[in-house]
Amino acid sequence: MKPETKAVDIDRNKGDFHYKVDYAKDAGSGLSEKTIQYISDAKDDPDWVREFRLRGLKTFLEKPLPTHWASKDLEAIDFDKIRYYLASGDAAKRTWEEVPEDIKRTFERLGIPEQERKFLAGVEAQFDSEAVYSNIKKAVGEQGVIFVGSTEGLKHHPEIFRKWFGKVIPIADNKFSALNAAVFSGGSFIYVPPGVKVKHPLQAYFRINAENFGQFERTLIIADEGSEVTYMEGCTAPKFETTTLHSAVVELVALKGAKIQYITVQNWSANVFNLVTKRGLAHEDSEIKWIDCNIGSRLTMKYPGVVLKGRKSRGEVLSIALAGNGQHQDTGAKMIHAADETTSNIISKSISVGTGRATYRGLVHVPKHLKHCKNNTECDALLINATSRTDTYPAITVRGTGNAVQHEASVSQVSAEQIFYMQQRGLSEAQAMSLSVNGFVNDLVRQFPMEYSVELKRLIELEMEGSVG
Amino acid sequence: MALTTEEQSQKTGILSGPVERDLPNWFREQQHAAWQKFESIPCPTRKDQPWRFSNVGLLDLGPFKIPGQLSEDDRKNILKYSIGLDQFAARMIFANDQLVERTIVSDDLKKRGVIFQPLERAMVEHADLFRKYFMSTEATLGSAKFAALHQALVSNGTFLFVPRGIEIQQPIEIFHWLRHDNMSIFPHLLLVTDELAKVTVIEHFRSCDRNAPGFACGVNDLIAGPGAKINYVCAQEWSSNAIALQMNSTTVDHDALAMSLNLNLGSRYSRFESLSRLIAEGARSDLLAVGVATNEQEFDARTLQDHISPHTASDLLFKNALDDKARCTFGGLIRVEPHAHFTDAYQKVRNLLLSDDSEANSMPGLEILADNVRCTHGATSGQINEDEMFYLRSRGIPTKAAQRLIVSGFLNEVIQRLDQPAIGEYLQSLIDRKFAAN
Repeated sequence: MKPETKAVDIDRNKGDFHYKVDYAKDAGSGLSEKTIQYISDAKDDPDWVREFRLRGLKTFLEKPLPTHWASKDLEAIDFDKIRYYLASGDAAKRTWEEVPEDIKRTFERLGIPEQERKFLAGVEAQFDSEAVYSNIKKAVGEQGVIFVGSTEGLKHHPEIFRKWFGKVIPIADNKFSALNAAVFSGGSFIYVPPGVKVKHPLQAYFRINAENFGQFERTLIIADEGSEVTYMEGCTAPKFETTTLHSAVVELVALKGAKIQYITVQNWSANVFNLVTKRGLAHEDSEIKWIDCNIGSRLTMKYPGVVLKGRKSRGEVLSIALAGNGQHQDTGAKMIHAADETTSNIISKSISVGTGRATYRGLVHVPKHLKHCKNNTECDALLINATSRTDTYPAITVRGTGNAVQHEASVSQVSAEQIFYMQQRGLSEAQAMSLSVNGFVNDLVRQFPMEYSVELKRLIELEMEGSVG
Repeated sequence: MALTTEEQSQKTGILSGPVERDLPNWFREQQHAAWQKFESIPCPTRKDQPWRFSNVGLLDLGPFKIPGQLSEDDRKNILKYSIGLDQFAARMIFANDQLVERTIVSDDLKKRGVIFQPLERAMVEHADLFRKYFMSTEATLGSAKFAALHQALVSNGTFLFVPRGIEIQQPIEIFHWLRHDNMSIFPHLLLVTDELAKVTVIEHFRSCDRNAPGFACGVNDLIAGPGAKINYVCAQEWSSNAIALQMNSTTVDHDALAMSLNLNLGSRYSRFESLSRLIAEGARSDLLAVGVATNEQEFDARTLQDHISPHTASDLLFKNALDDKARCTFGGLIRVEPHAHFTDAYQKVRNLLLSDDSEANSMPGLEILADNVRCTHGATSGQINEDEMFYLRSRGIPTKAAQRLIVSGFLNEVIQRLDQPAIGEYLQSLIDRKFAAN
């Protein structure tokens, strides 16, 4: 293998375009109490939300950047240059025909309406700060499923919304959750009534169009007793020279016996700082599963977690990260066991190409006097080039007898024998490498819904192109 | 232990700085510089990543004092109780950092250039070697402050140099004793091996009084020259109220092999930092540790396997058995530097929790900056297998004894790896003694 590498970013071209859009609502650059008041006025927030935002701002300003453990690259974010709120001022539309032409063509180019027709139960499309389109299939809506933007959720369904909002991830959880609390806009609110099993996935697509923009969506999903739901999110942004910030907060609540599956395919352009807080609260017998795939962004810091609050609840994180040239995928998982007989499973696979760096950071916590808790963690890292880097930093705390925790990690490179074997059978070195890498992630990719797994394989193939030669 | 007490003639707190001693000027200057450094570095907090999970509140150095002269009775008694291995090549015994006894290596070894001296003599007679290797590696695993404290206050220790091609058959033994309440000691071992030399060193850390509070802050520099083989064993049996910090730095050269085993039985809080640097091709480092923690004991281990050169190997195996309210923390990192290709590194931590109040924290880490490597780590925390217990009990073995058997077997795997039957048997007897006392 040659140490020099040129990872070709062909796949990114799909999202690398932007149209000039006039925004009716613009909070300007920088962050102050004025910005918060502007956003609250623009969104016509109830008083409790306004107060929540101000508390968020205070906490954000108080907390230092977590550079004592995280990447120093965070210092490159200029919070005074970021634009915190940009919107057209219209409510989200129910049909694509109503969506303004200049915005609609963005999503058409990304293929969202087409996918909706094919296999989705509902779609929400967010363009910079606000949802421009939000629709749910009639049959699903009739079952009582609520799928709206967060603003609509907090206004029209306050009785369910307020009960859980900010409860899974408190404002002061970390600096970026506090920032999100201050300026959140967009994201989804989903409520699935007891016993309802939503057959097809609900999808949200997040699009950043403007330069120097910060997207701060806030998603809250509540699955009532015995219900099931799958949620998928995708994201893209055009490639600007300046930095863009994406800092979302996602809270999941699975009530007794419910199942939530949350799938992310993150393909931000290489100027995006993707700093996301995601956590689920699992009640008795429920299951929360995060499927997290990180391919894009400059720096991603994301550690989806599950608080296993109810007996026999189950948490799972399946994570794939691909770190190309200049990228740092700092991902992982958190499992907080808080009840007997809870189980958790973390499987993380990362691939570092060129100068890419993939980091796994994990937290597993089993406090005392719990019985029969189990955690299994597996982290595998694959290094493609001599300049590639990978790190693993798990932290595991176990108290008391009656629990079992195991963690395993390995780092390897594609074996020369495998490549030789395939080349001998007529494949080029690049094809052999790509096949080998796909084999490495295959068992995880298979857990993705069909449409996504095909797309994912193609993404990885393209991303790998040019890394050998 | 029935030692007669004698009032201390001199009692200076360790926080009042270096004590004037009859040591070379250049060394005194280093000590004063180190003291400045100690004072300038802030105390660790739990928020510092290298101290995550550590009970830093226990690191109050206020009560600890620089010991005065030992009485003749103390010396006699310490000598009497300094029993370790049946056979050894030579030994040194220190109590409160004062040399109590030194047996010299055989004339034959001496003639062939083996140097085995107390530190204070070596820094005069072998200043070149001493200055080259003494604390030449920065303490990077969190205890820079305490390494500076050690350097500022170290007054004695062992210097061992094994020249080219010399093999010392029997182990070298070193004892460090803490005598009287609230005393502090700063043990040091400077071990330098030249090409193809072979040596085994065992250190015994003990307190005269089983429960006396005390403070030990030790540093070891272990240097394995090209093709050399070092075995280092430490049996830590400080008193149950002692606070102990030990910072070991091992440098492994071309085709050399360094193996270390730390047995942790004593102390209230014991922190062990181990830095292994694999600096040339063919270097290999094996790191082993066994801990039996009971009551409120806390063992805190931080390790770094630093692969600087290609074609190097390291293997770490740490096992702890935790009972009562004991806690243990492991923070380990395998670091593969850029261009250190063909690294083969392994790290495994296993904790056996025997009570509901025990706690195990594991942070096994990897930082890989080169490809073409094989690095794996594993960490497990669990309890005794019910089936194994049932099997033993069905054969008439009482619960307590069955538990002890299983724990012994669990820990013995690590001791076996040392492949030194006499030392292994000795360590096992110490473990058995701790079980019996519990």
